[in-house]
Amino acid sequence: MKDYSELTQLQLDAVKEISNIGAGNAATALSQMIGRKIDMTVPQASIAPFPQIVDIVGGADKGVAGGYMRVNSDMPLGILFLIPEEQAFFFLDFILGSPSGTNDSWGDLQKSAFMEVVNILAGSYLNALACFTNHTYNPSVPAMAVDMAGAILGEVLQQIGEVSDYALVVENIFIEEEKEIKGYFFLLPEPQTLENLLQALGVA
Amino acid sequence: MADETVKVGMAEVKTALAPQSLITIGLGSCIGICLWDPVKKVGGLAHIMLPDSTQSRKSINKAKFADTGIRVLVDEMVSLGANKTRLVAKIAGGAQMFNFPGSSNVMRIGDRNAEAVKKSLKELSIRLKAEDTGGNFGRTIEFFTENGDLLVKTINKGQKII
Repeated sequence: MKDYSELTQLQLDAVKEISNIGAGNAATALSQMIGRKIDMTVPQASIAPFPQIVDIVGGADKGVAGGYMRVNSDMPLGILFLIPEEQAFFFLDFILGSPSGTNDSWGDLQKSAFMEVVNILAGSYLNALACFTNHTYNPSVPAMAVDMAGAILGEVLQQIGEVSDYALVVENIFIEEEKEIKGYFFLLPEPQTLENLLQALGVA
Repeated sequence: MADETVKVGMAEVKTALAPQSLITIGLGSCIGICLWDPVKKVGGLAHIMLPDSTQSRKSINKAKFADTGIRVLVDEMVSLGANKTRLVAKIAGGAQMFNFPGSSNVMRIGDRNAEAVKKSLKELSIRLKAEDTGGNFGRTIEFFTENGDLLVKTINKGQKII
């Protein structure tokens, strides 16, 4: 079994590339959902050790909203979407069609809308993965948490923690008119999955 | 002069001498294990992620696991002059951040972490003086080597000293 730190440059590039395409798909899906143009900068994919991962998202005590989905197929994996809490509210304002600043706490409506966004984002991300690997991925319903980034990340990183000290994170910047919204995808393949992924991509 | 606070990251073990404090930010299902020698005022903090190193393929980083992390911490504290028989423990964390409908045992990692930590403390005959574990929220903790106080901070549930 491999972990991210043992990948060759070619393998790394292959994994990053599908992540980039997946994130691109996600932005398109989001744009269609809210009926507004969403631009996106080129996603930055990086492999980092656990303590640095929390720095990428703004520090362990940063308040974030996280949506997490598990995929139980023959390639089990997890997908986490993280977004700073204040930006999540901005997101919700235009998804729910309310004036800017309306949504500032997590009621049932906000939670449900957020999970729907996660559903769509992660779903389109998985679609890209499915195209490249000729596999079907059926994700669970998303679970969400709003809390410190470190606390949320710690829990999902445990999934791969038994074999790895590294994780793959894709940083996405969505741009709606002038406002930049930074969201982060984490692709968390279970131990055997990473190897199978590489095989399916033809870079094993 | 060393910094007043020592930061402990995910899957790290650090020690400190009075008057320094040890801080770890954003504990979810991870657990912060704080050990203290009240006489020498040596403190140590391990931020563990997983219960059991024997389940792992390779345990390069011992600080990641409850069973090995505590032992590494004890060794480091002893080399700083702490006496193993005087050590007392306080722990925090072990929450469950995500709640899946019908979730399996595997997901209840916070509880399993807490159990594993207590088991290891028992094996090493270290007394557990206080704990703040469980729930579904994150914790930031600061451990003061001067008096052994452990400050537990949360975003929505206030803060307390245990």
